[in-house]
Amino acid sequence: MSAAIRIRQVGKQYGNVRALDGVDFEIRQGEFFGLLGPNGAGKSTLINIIAGLTRADEGRVTVMGHNVVSAYRRARQSIGVVPQELVFDPFFTVREVLRIQSGYFGLGRENDAWIDELLSELHLEDKADTNMRALSGGMKRRVLIAQALVHKPAVVVLDEPTAGVDIKIRNLLWAFIQGLHERGQTIVLTTHYLEEAESMCERIAILNHGRVVAIDTKQQLLNSHLARSFTVSLTCKHTVRGIPDALAGKVTVHQDNRLEMQLDKETDTIIGVLDLLREAGIEVVDVHTERADLEDVFLKLTYGSDNVL
Amino acid sequence: MSYRGFQTLFYKEVLRFYKVFMQTVAAPVVTTLLYLLVFSSALGEHVKVFGTIEYTAFLVPGLVMMTVIQNSFANSSSSLIQSKVTGNIVFVLLAPLSHVQFYLAFVLAAMVRGLVTGVGVFLVAGLFVALPVQHLGFVLAFALLGSAILATLGIIAGIWAEKFDQLAGFQNFFIMPLTFLSGVFYSIDALPGFWQALSHANPFFYMIDGFRYGFFGVSDVDPRYSIAIVLVFLVACSALTVHLLGKGYRLRD
Repeated sequence: MSAAIRIRQVGKQYGNVRALDGVDFEIRQGEFFGLLGPNGAGKSTLINIIAGLTRADEGRVTVMGHNVVSAYRRARQSIGVVPQELVFDPFFTVREVLRIQSGYFGLGRENDAWIDELLSELHLEDKADTNMRALSGGMKRRVLIAQALVHKPAVVVLDEPTAGVDIKIRNLLWAFIQGLHERGQTIVLTTHYLEEAESMCERIAILNHGRVVAIDTKQQLLNSHLARSFTVSLTCKHTVRGIPDALAGKVTVHQDNRLEMQLDKETDTIIGVLDLLREAGIEVVDVHTERADLEDVFLKLTYGSDNVL
Repeated sequence: MSYRGFQTLFYKEVLRFYKVFMQTVAAPVVTTLLYLLVFSSALGEHVKVFGTIEYTAFLVPGLVMMTVIQNSFANSSSSLIQSKVTGNIVFVLLAPLSHVQFYLAFVLAAMVRGLVTGVGVFLVAGLFVALPVQHLGFVLAFALLGSAILATLGIIAGIWAEKFDQLAGFQNFFIMPLTFLSGVFYSIDALPGFWQALSHANPFFYMIDGFRYGFFGVSDVDPRYSIAIVLVFLVACSALTVHLLGKGYRLRD
């Protein structure tokens, strides 16, 4: 099976800024793929190149096997893009906007049933004949999603689709996007909500300073050396006065009878820690462990620290 | 597939100006008729052009053509700059439309607006001034070519400008001087030598002069020469525009 999106050695320069540098990876068909990175990492530039909105200085990109420059028509037929900004055409109603977008892709009235379905699934039926200017931000966001899907593309790219919408709408959108994925569409998502990327994406690429600094399945990222440490919180029976030398360097919090330690999952075990404490006469009454999550991996890769933003 | 995409963009551009008909069609017609009223009241009784033509009658084709070209330019340029500034240009750029289709849809829609307003001025002016039509073919040819040229220049301006201020500059320092120095209000025979020579270097002059020939059968220069100049200018502007669109200049940076 060919890749849904193939990115080969893509580079882009804006003045003195190297926005993308040798970006090279593939997104498989049917995959739910996350593209993460801090502001200015190059995510939007990469998405714009994939969508044909920006030209790469180097390298090439294909969508469903079609080069986005030399076979741009087929590439654009294969992809739907939800832009990050809440852009809209103030002259038209919701239905007009969707019919026009549908027409750009060669579809006429035969696509009206699909437009009605989109309006219904996105809870916009009662706004179909409302001018775009009169919609709330959440409604405009949903119209953008409908516009991206109006030609039934094989690949859907969502650039921060839930930015600025309330929790109710966000949940509706995530359920909708999950539904698209279950129907076989390839989903590429950028988001600042890392817990959502963690819960939804099968594979994740992390961009920083225009380079891919990690790309793997979510589980592999969490299991990798990048997420090697884990936190253990201990509650002791009495106030802790002396900590064994072997553990002193691992303690991050020491407050009365509470200890918190940062352990290496390759070399440390909780049983080993408890044995050392017992030998030192410290009785532990409660243990709580916290595994690294995607946010820890993300922070380590992009900021070089696991606790500072 | 591709034809429907083009057809949709054309339809959308027409619908855009139709939705604000008062602003895009009715207002320019009224403004132009005010020009006619003022100039004909001040000069109509005293001036004859080409020896026998009443000034008011002479003025009408010039005003019609001015309306056609100004509105053709306004349509494509304002649509593009608005789409760029608000960001909704992205919907067209994401679509599988070729740059030639993009060009043709914008030009044809702008021509529709230019010609509709021009016909509006012609019809209303016709209530007050009897106008002969000696060569309908020339009238139509120059109206179509003139509107196509200004629609094309509107696309160039819309692509180039990154804010409304720059578009206003293009309009006020390029389009307006060329329009007013093209013989809309006078025959260039009446001008001193230097200004006559300058007018001959102005492609807009040939549009107006040729268009006026269609009505009166007289003109400052041979209309066949005018049509050749106008055609060459249109081809040059179109080639530049299609090249810029193909490159994605200031659209796909």
